[in-house]
Amino acid sequence: MKRFLLRHAVWISTPILALALVAAWDVYVESFNISPMILPTPPQVARGVVQLMADPRTLGHAWVTLYETLSGFGIAVIVGVGLGVVLGKVRWLERTFNPFIIALQVMPKVALVPIFIVWFGFGSGSKIVMAAVLAFFPIMTNTILGIKSVNRGHKDVMTSLNASRFATFCEMELPATLPYVLTGAEVGIVLAVIGAIVGEYLGGNRGLGYLAVATLNAFDVQAMFAVIFILTLMGFVLYFGVAALRRRLTPWHESALVHKDA
Amino acid sequence: MKLIAEHPEAAAESVKIVPEIRLSAVEQRYSVGNDESVLALTNIAIDVGKREFVVLLGPSGCGKTTMLRIIAGLIKPSSGLVEIDGRPLWIGDRRDNRIVQELGVVFQEDHLFPWLSIEDNIALPLKMRGAGKAERRGRAQELCKLVGIGGFEKRWPRELSGGMRQRAAIARALSYRPNILLMDEPFGALDAMTRDQMNVEMQRIWLASGATIVLVTHSINEAVFLADRIILLSPRPGRVDTIIDVPFARPRDLYMQNSPAFQEMVASLRKRLDTMA
Repeated sequence: MKRFLLRHAVWISTPILALALVAAWDVYVESFNISPMILPTPPQVARGVVQLMADPRTLGHAWVTLYETLSGFGIAVIVGVGLGVVLGKVRWLERTFNPFIIALQVMPKVALVPIFIVWFGFGSGSKIVMAAVLAFFPIMTNTILGIKSVNRGHKDVMTSLNASRFATFCEMELPATLPYVLTGAEVGIVLAVIGAIVGEYLGGNRGLGYLAVATLNAFDVQAMFAVIFILTLMGFVLYFGVAALRRRLTPWHESALVHKDA
Repeated sequence: MKLIAEHPEAAAESVKIVPEIRLSAVEQRYSVGNDESVLALTNIAIDVGKREFVVLLGPSGCGKTTMLRIIAGLIKPSSGLVEIDGRPLWIGDRRDNRIVQELGVVFQEDHLFPWLSIEDNIALPLKMRGAGKAERRGRAQELCKLVGIGGFEKRWPRELSGGMRQRAAIARALSYRPNILLMDEPFGALDAMTRDQMNVEMQRIWLASGATIVLVTHSINEAVFLADRIILLSPRPGRVDTIIDVPFARPRDLYMQNSPAFQEMVASLRKRLDTMA
């Protein structure tokens, strides 16, 4: 019974807590007479969401952002895993490139958006690149870590089995690294959304980021909150999509076990 | 080759005397820091016959694991010759891969791949040799039965106990029917009861498979129970101290460990080991 409660408590506690938060927000706005120009009430935001969704253009904006996010994320996965595998396997290459990787990592990358706009235009291109650049680093660093963390004993097994380099890579290094890649991807997908939105903030006339800026210019605070709500929803769906993928692809891994048993 | 063909008697004679494993004047040095090196093994010369069960016994630090890894081709010795079935294991700096195909290795830990089912772990060597799916499954099932984990083919390694995982590791090493099975303290991580049981199983598996076995242990009991011959190593630097024949009839059961002859042999080995410490 206790175990049952522990396992399923989140399904009860999360909605209750979420409801309590929304209620507190509502009570706060109502009792302190906060102007809806500053903070609208939850019902007002809900109405804003409904209004926004009723407008067919909203869905178009959402698609643009989703397209940019997923394209950027896809590029980040391909380049990040590819480069991560090479750098993880070739010692001197990693040593050579490490200072540059660190330099790029500490750089506030959203500052690059203006440059990307100059290079790739006001369309989706600059946003995709921004999303890819942000999502790339956690995926690559995790891939490097994964390749380097391959169990020595497993390597001995492959050596004793006379495995070729290719077989060793396919049968051991790749599956051993997969959980690391997917952990990096979980962080990467969230960053890809951020990259796409920041790109849209600063240029172009499409996407949910652009919509948020447009609502600001129109001083439609209610709609602004609604846009943020839809963006959060999108982030949620993408994150849980990647998390579900991880559980599906690495059911043998401890991280999948935690979700199943905890 | 021609010479042998013309003299059948000589051929028969030479087959008889070619040992399955032969180490001659094997030495292993490890470099530690600048220009310094530690001598791990020196002047190792041993022969292991076909289908023989040889146990390498010695205190920790005597280089027994190093010696096994040298036989397995995981380490190239600093000097000396390793021959398997009359053929040198190393040609220059290259391992002769055809020889390695005849070796099966079981490590201190099971080292099963956590992302493969027990069945796929056991059949992994076959997969790398290009065996088809049906063949792999059939062989894995057969081996699961042999090592006593039938019915667990589809499980993940983490779902099995330590003893069962080690059985699976043994099955993996046996999957491609190697002539030689090399085992590095395979039961060291198991509790005493499981270990006794595994020793009995090991003897059964060995008799059933017809392989030559070299097993490393620091348990005197295990050595006397399993071995045809015990090679006792002494440390610093690691070298062969004595070679002891173990004459007890097969198959041996756990109760024979209580016999005076068994106890006597264990006691004399313990005495010998104590002088080394």
